[in-house]
Amino acid sequence: MSLLQEVAVGEPDPIRTPRVSGSTLRVVVSKVVRAIITLAFVVVFNFFLFRMLPGDPIGLYTRGRNQDAEQIAQLRRDLNKPLWEQFITYISNPFDPGIDSTRFSRPVWELIGERIWPTILLLGTAIVLASIIGIWLGIRAGWKPGGRFDKVSTGTTLTLYSMPEFWLGMMLLIVFGVGAFGIPGFFPVGGISTPGVDTSSPAGWLNVLWHLVLPCTTLLLIYLADYALVMRASLIDERKQEYLMLARAKGLRDAMVRKKHAVPNALLPTITLIFLSLGFVVTGAITVETVYSWPGLGLLTYEALRGPDIPLLQAVFLVFSIAVVGANLIAELLYIVIDPRVRQ
Amino acid sequence: MSLLEFRDVSVDYGDIPAVRGVTLNIERGEVLGIAGESGCGKSTLAATVLRLLPDSARVGGAVILDDQDVLTMTWGRLRAVRWADAAIVFQGALHGLNPVQAIGKQLAEPIRLHKTATDVDARVAELLTQVGLPPSRARAFPHELSGGQRQRVMIAMALACAPDLIIADEPTTALDVMVQAQVLDLLTSLVRELNMGMVLISHDLGVLGTTCDRIAVMYAGRIVETGPALDIFDDPRHPYTRALAGAFPRIGDDAARYAPVGLPGDPPYAGDLPSGCTFHPRCPEVMPECATTTVELRPAGPGRAAACLRVLP
Amino acid sequence: MTTIAGQRRRLALSRFWTQFRHDRAGMTGLIILGIFILTAILAPILISPDALDVTQAEGDRFDPPSLAYPLGTDESGRSILLLLAWGTRISLTVGLAATIISMVIGTAVGIMAGHFRGVGSHALVGVTDWFLVIPFLPLAIVLATVLGPSTLNLIIVIGITSWAGTARLIRAQTMSIEGRPYIERSRALGAGNWHQMTRHVLPNVFPLVLANTTLTVAIVILSETTLSFLGLGDPLAPSWGAILDRAFSTGAVSQGAWWYVLPPGICVVLVVLAFTLVGRAMERIVDPRGSTA
Repeated sequence: MSLLQEVAVGEPDPIRTPRVSGSTLRVVVSKVVRAIITLAFVVVFNFFLFRMLPGDPIGLYTRGRNQDAEQIAQLRRDLNKPLWEQFITYISNPFDPGIDSTRFSRPVWELIGERIWPTILLLGTAIVLASIIGIWLGIRAGWKPGGRFDKVSTGTTLTLYSMPEFWLGMMLLIVFGVGAFGIPGFFPVGGISTPGVDTSSPAGWLNVLWHLVLPCTTLLLIYLADYALVMRASLIDERKQEYLMLARAKGLRDAMVRKKHAVPNALLPTITLIFLSLGFVVTGAITVETVYSWPGLGLLTYEALRGPDIPLLQAVFLVFSIAVVGANLIAELLYIVIDPRVRQ
Repeated sequence: MSLLEFRDVSVDYGDIPAVRGVTLNIERGEVLGIAGESGCGKSTLAATVLRLLPDSARVGGAVILDDQDVLTMTWGRLRAVRWADAAIVFQGALHGLNPVQAIGKQLAEPIRLHKTATDVDARVAELLTQVGLPPSRARAFPHELSGGQRQRVMIAMALACAPDLIIADEPTTALDVMVQAQVLDLLTSLVRELNMGMVLISHDLGVLGTTCDRIAVMYAGRIVETGPALDIFDDPRHPYTRALAGAFPRIGDDAARYAPVGLPGDPPYAGDLPSGCTFHPRCPEVMPECATTTVELRPAGPGRAAACLRVLP
Repeated sequence: MTTIAGQRRRLALSRFWTQFRHDRAGMTGLIILGIFILTAILAPILISPDALDVTQAEGDRFDPPSLAYPLGTDESGRSILLLLAWGTRISLTVGLAATIISMVIGTAVGIMAGHFRGVGSHALVGVTDWFLVIPFLPLAIVLATVLGPSTLNLIIVIGITSWAGTARLIRAQTMSIEGRPYIERSRALGAGNWHQMTRHVLPNVFPLVLANTTLTVAIVILSETTLSFLGLGDPLAPSWGAILDRAFSTGAVSQGAWWYVLPPGICVVLVVLAFTLVGRAMERIVDPRGSTA
């Protein structure tokens, strides 16, 4: 994995050859515990960050908004309680349905519950498609590095990787949504469905799908660049292994050596790295949902920071952290399952 | 007709000659040893038999295996020949085997590919037994086996399609002495039993002396001495062979313990070889003519040859 | 310096440059960077600050490219080309400043975490891992919201959220360097922690740090663009991300004003790509066998 991936993906050491002493169960438990501790720190961080900063905390909550005297008084009372009391209140249940969004005046967790499904639809589709295409690209490029396909594909993926995803989104929207350079705008310019359409009917689903195309394509292009680069690097590493020479000596065709030996082995670290890059995926989701007004968690984050709606921001931050820490945990556990070297 | 014949084989990587004009025969039922330091070209020479060199290598001459020139075969014919006519025993290091496949599956692979047995599982069990491993080990992964066991698996792998020729490239280098002896015994007894030919490559003249029928000594891409194994070991004619033989102290030979014979200098860099006899800069018996005359193998006794100006028949 | 170490370093540097010169991708990146840096330096000299002043703008709203305005106009009639040129300064400056912060923290933490054993080192590794796991943008948004919108705060936020990748790399490198015999020898001779870290480890990790820095700048610029787009930077500073933010907020997209959106993005892509190419080239020279890969 080149430095580019290390710095860009920036995850804790992907497991290559972990040492497993003792039972696998102990390892699994310790990893789960570590994940929980990490999330606990997020909750603590959430609490202290907003309260430890200089300036009037009331100002933070009410910046840019008008609130009546009654609300401000209540806020002041809450914030004047001893710090440790506020701390206990918060950490005992960060998922308290009583926490209200200051912008929407509804419980934050209700909002999050509503907005999470569009995000899952968008990200899920993009990730699955990007994995398939990206891995295929990476394999073809990595098997014959320096060849023509590799040069073109790596150049393209590097360029895609250097793009701000929201910019790509805006350009696609202008060209294919509004129409430019002689291309008529065919796709919708935003939202998840045309207003008035019943999204629970099959016709409604098609409508949603039609709205899904552009945002999904935007994310798809960015994600597949990442996955292709990772798969390529992984395969290039694998090609150096000696057992491939043995496979050739046995009389296997080049394609068979690739399919049966090199690729399965190179896929192991690639799949874990795909899970580990969820942090990168989440970043893309926030800005792209904003550009396309896709009513998911990403757009919610944007709306929250416009306020700034502190309780909502805290909640969203927690949700994203849970998702990413969870994905990391799955990646680590998955590796234990699929690599026989680690299983006991 | 010899089982394997190298006819004036040369291998170049760009400008750098790795093997320079090697001519050698191996007969059926015979064990030929190729000795030399690392970098002398012995592994490269071995790789030519199955055309396993990278595309950047240019190979000249002919490698005749079972009356066919491997170097000019079609790809299809070559893939059929690989493993079925000749097989290689690689070093059984952890990465010599696919680390995420069970060894039984890896053993079965060439059998299925070349269709050399109808009951593949039975054949795999048979192979494992032949090399002294319990057939239940077929489900084990490489990292679950010891170094000696992995080497045995490599041997079983090479025998899988009952080839006529086995090339063992440093099969014992990574093993400790006791296991070394076991593995060598196994190899030689199998070869005799199955009437195959074997090329045994090693830098350890002691190993070769006890297991081979004949030995060829390589230096800087060329053969510098050939002959019956025991003769070479007891009475080396080429100064390089003498240095190689002397580098291994013999148990019971008190004199050898007090008179260490080393070789000054390093093996020559293939891109910048000395003129005349390539060995002359390090030779303890060098003469003025050695720097200017290229030396070919010349007869040095019954069934023996050495490439040294000092050798007279 | 006429010390042997100094001479060797100069020799190493010139050898590095010779190798770099022959790397086509790397040189392409370097040339692109040169053009942008030149633009950033020359901008205040060639362009009057009036170009940014909304009240002085003379063009029509959302005008497509023309002779007078090669890249068209924005919602206030300002020339986008001139805005871009000014934006180069900001994007590059923020990029550089945040990178320096990130590299300093990352290298210091990495070396210390790699050098020391015991509780302190474990704590450092724990903190590093935390910053690596937590997703960048949500964290940056939270920090930036709390600190307030300004260029300085943006630099701080990016610096704080980017150092962990470097730290992990440097730590691994430090541990491998410290396994070498000459470090043991220096310890036997009485070298203290500070001396070992600065005199032995640091010069040895330095080439890696350099390659990593270049790649970090690429990431940082992308981060700055994203954060500015979300409105978390100084609203008056026309960094490329901020230009895109204004384009988005003023409806350039629905107007089909591609000239407002395309150029800033292309600039970002070019600069990020350039840094990536240079960084990868440096990596190839410093670490040809890809030991860090």
